[in-house]
Parts: sequence; C-alpha cells; structure tokens
Amino acid sequence: MTRFVVWRLLIAIPVLLGVSIVAFLIIHLIPGNPAQAMLFGSTPTPMQIHDLEVRLGLDQPWYQQYAKYLAGLMHGDLGTSFVTGRSVFSEIVSRAPSTFLLSGAAMLIAIVVGVPLGVIGGVRPGSIWDRVGRVISVSGVAIPYFWLALVFTLIFAVRLKLLPAVGTQGFSSLILPAVALGWGYAAILTRLVRSRLIEEYQEEYIKTARAKGSGAGRVLLNHALRNAVSPTITMLGLQIGNILTGAAAIEVIFGRPGLGSFLVQSIAAKNIPVVQGAVLFIGFVYVLINLVVDVLVGVIDPRTRRRVTV
Amino acid sequence: MTAIATASRGFRKSAAVLLARGGLLSGIVLAVLVLFLVVVAVFPGSLVSGDPTASVGAAFAAPDGSHWFGTDDLGRDVLTRVVWGAHPILLASVVGILISTVAGVSLGLLGGLARGFVSGLVMRALDVMLALPALLIALMVVAIVGTGVTSIVIAVGVAYIPAFARVVYGSVQRLRTADFVAAARLFGASGMSTVARHLLPNLATEIAVVASSAIGWAVLTAATLSFLGFGVALPAPDWGVDLSSGGQYLEAAWWISTFPGLAITATILLSNYLGDYVGSILDPRRAVRARRPWLPN
Repeated sequence: MTRFVVWRLLIAIPVLLGVSIVAFLIIHLIPGNPAQAMLFGSTPTPMQIHDLEVRLGLDQPWYQQYAKYLAGLMHGDLGTSFVTGRSVFSEIVSRAPSTFLLSGAAMLIAIVVGVPLGVIGGVRPGSIWDRVGRVISVSGVAIPYFWLALVFTLIFAVRLKLLPAVGTQGFSSLILPAVALGWGYAAILTRLVRSRLIEEYQEEYIKTARAKGSGAGRVLLNHALRNAVSPTITMLGLQIGNILTGAAAIEVIFGRPGLGSFLVQSIAAKNIPVVQGAVLFIGFVYVLINLVVDVLVGVIDPRTRRRVTV
Repeated sequence: MTAIATASRGFRKSAAVLLARGGLLSGIVLAVLVLFLVVVAVFPGSLVSGDPTASVGAAFAAPDGSHWFGTDDLGRDVLTRVVWGAHPILLASVVGILISTVAGVSLGLLGGLARGFVSGLVMRALDVMLALPALLIALMVVAIVGTGVTSIVIAVGVAYIPAFARVVYGSVQRLRTADFVAAARLFGASGMSTVARHLLPNLATEIAVVASSAIGWAVLTAATLSFLGFGVALPAPDWGVDLSSGGQYLEAAWWISTFPGLAITATILLSNYLGDYVGSILDPRRAVRARRPWLPN
C-alpha cells in the first residue's frame, strides 16, 4: 500500500509541472505582441508596451521567465492582477471557497439523484422506474446546464417565488445553482451505476452468493453494489474538473462571485495573469483530488493496486 | 462483368446489413433530421424570410400565428433568429471535431509509433492535457486567441484532441505487436505504408466511434462558450448569445431564451442519437445492445 501511494504521488509530479508549463505558456502563445494584445481597447504608446513587457518579464529569455514563474509559484506568487493591482493568488484564494461550495453541492445532488436511479435501473432493467431513470439521464445529458439554470429560475424563482434568483445569501440561494450544475452529472452517474450493476449481476460470484441463500438485498448491498463503488468514485473524481469549470456559467447566471465567473471576466478583459493563475489553480486541484481518489479506490478495491505493482 | 455485378451486390448487401444493425427506421429518421439541421445551418434563408436583425413589430410579443416563437426585446422575430443562429454553434462543433480528429489521431500515432524521447514527450504532454477539463482548455484557447466564431472553432478543436489521441495511442500499442502488422514489416513494408495500409484502417472504427460520441460534447462546449459571450457579438443571431440575453427577460418574455435553449437541447440530443447509431453500425457488440437495451452499455 505504501508503495502504491508513493508511486501515485511520484507520477503526479510531472503532471503538476506540466500544468504549470501550460499556464506559463498562455501568455507566450498569444499571437503577435502579448503586451500589446493585453492593452487592447486603448492605443498604447511603444513606451507603455515596453513598460508592460518589463513588468511581465517578457524581455527576458523564456527559460529565465519560467524559472522565475516556478520560483514564484513555490511562494504562492502568481503575479499581479491587471484590473485590481492585487496579488492573483489572494484574489483566487478569496473566491475559491464559493466555487468549492457550489461544486460540492452539485456533486451531492448528482450522487443523491443519480445513484438511487442507477441502482433501481440496474436491479430491474426494463421496469417502469428504469424507464424514468433513462428519461432523466437522457435529458440530463442533452439539456445544457446553463439553460436548465434559466428554466429553474423561471419556474422556482420568478413564477413560484420559492427560491432566490440571484445572490449568495444563505442556504436557499445555493439550491437552484447546485441542482442546475449537478443535474447532468446525476445523469452520467445513473448510466454508470446502472450498467455496472447489470454487469456485476452476470458474474459467477453473484450466482454463488444466491446459491448460498443470500437474499436480494444482501446480494445487492454486500456483493454487486460493493463492486460498483470504486468505478463510481473514479468517475466522480474525473468529473470534478468539469464541475469546477462548469461552475463558471452557473456563477455568471446566479451572480455568485466565484472562481469561474472571475475567470470568465478575466478572459473578457484579457487579464492574462489571472487566467494563468485560475488555470493553474483548477488544474492543481483537479490533479490532487484525483490523486486522493486513486488512493481511496486503492484502499477500497485492492485489485486496482495490482495494475501498479506488476 | 458478372464479377463486378456480384461485387456490387455484395457491397449493397453488406451496406444493408450494416444499416439494419442500427435499425433501418431510426436510420431514416436520423438522416432526415440531420439533413434538416444541415439545411438550417447552411441555407437559413430558405426556411424563414426576413432579416434576423430587423425589428418586425412590437417588442415582447408572445408567440402567436404571425410570430410562432414571439418577438424579443427589440421586436425581432425569435423564430428567424433561432434559424439564423444555428450556424455558429454547428460550425464550431463540426469543424472543431474535425480538427481534433486530425490532430488527435496524428498525436496518438506519433506517441504510439515513435520510440524513446519523442514518444515520451507526446505521452507526457497528453497526460497534462488530460489533467485539464475540456472546458478549461477551451476557455484557455479563447483567452489566447481572443473572441469570435473562429476562436470557438479552434477552442473546441483543441479541447477534444486528448480524447482522440488517447484512444489512438492505446490501439496502436495493441496493434503494433499484432501478427498482421509484424507480417507487413517482415515483407518489407515501410513505416509509413504500414501505418497507412494496416494501422489506420483498423483504427477507423474506433476513431469514428470516438468522433460520434464527442460531437454531442462539442455542441455543449461551443454553446457554453457562446453563452458566456466569447463567440458571436450581438446583434448577430446565435443560440448561445440569444439564450443568455433572453435570460434577462425571463419574467416578461420566457420565449426569448426558451427557443434557443430548446434548439441547443435538440441538437445535442440528435448528436447523441447519431453517435449511438454510428457506433452501433460500426461495432456489432453495440448493435446487440441497441436491440437489447437491458444489457450494459
């Protein structure tokens, strides 16, 4: 087990370095003169462009720039925001909790809705509840979450006046954004759990368990579902990145000041240091969460560890 | 002559078998719907008369006989805008997927066939790309290239490269040790001709399956980018932009945002069914599943 954890930590390091290179490259891939592109909207003098280049360190060779960038990273220095003049790191860290809360709530919705529907569908394929689950999973994948957010707002905030349409005041303001963001992932989860259960039910060990006199509930909980847990957790880990990024549109719609809406504003304003910081932050969080997920799955299901050690 | 006739009959027979695998009726329905969408995207003027940016009457008029989908905040016909607004998102998703297919397959082949440093570099780059969510990659591209329809096309194209590259890389790893590839090499086939004549045809099915399932995701990504305001600028019609600007008038006029939303949903739904259909035609095991939906998918 220790070997597995150490190995998993080691392979995360080059990926994290790679993410830092991608974030670093964003400014260098801007066609033409990056400093001039970032000063769009005004007609900057050559002097202003040069000042900005010096401020961003663009006048130095790239390897020095990357070394400086990496060194800054180690100290939590991601540069300075163009718009506010504040440190990008503190801007991101102050907005991250709101996005984490929204993403966590969305994930909870996905699990609470998706897993039971998947279990019902997997245990009784073709039944009426399976059909209901399939309709939900098809709609969840097809309806764009940002439109769902508007439809929910129309129904529950504008017409029924049950929940607030915008803002971050209290628990009730979290419900609509979380359901809108989580719905599609509930659909994905329903499909996954359903198909895993159907597959598990065809395995020999289920027959053995039944032959030994285990009831349907025991076969489901102790055998079939247990084996469906680790792929489900892995899948959720892989979707976290999409949920964190998808939060952007939801935050814009509901006026939530989170990381996603901040990223969107910064892209529109060509506030490149913030974009770099946000990409780096989301990338790191995603890699680290999947690291934890892999270790967790390794604990639950020792078979996944074998891939590594053999 | 007879040989040709037999061959052509043979081809027709196998084509019929292939179509039957996906279900003939659903094939026809899908073909009609796809054709309709192509007409909407390419010749919007043939379906609706009128200028999508021109005011045709009172603002916020509810759907009725003269304006089936109502009018928006500036008195423009919503139906006309929905028909004209199909083009950017459809263009971005179809061309975007083409770009990611070509780039992803090339990268996957390079990673799978090259040895040593090059292969390692490609695979590490791919690991990093896979560590970033597709939408984040797309947003990053927009930050680099700027806004506009072209940049959405590029963004979608780049975002789905890793998906293709990973599949191709995996298959090449499996195929390069296959007997028929070894035999071709043994008979003196060069690297390039082995790739062109033996590897690519064997990969075609898998690539088509990935492409057909990625198209639905590409539509969603393109729609998200244009909803966030990174695509077409108003007053030009576009599903994403109209959806987001209509969102301001939910209370007064639900129809302004609802119809673009329905259009995006219908397109994603169609792309998913199309993907499943293509998948089931190309993959016999999936065809069995399509006929027996209770089997795992």
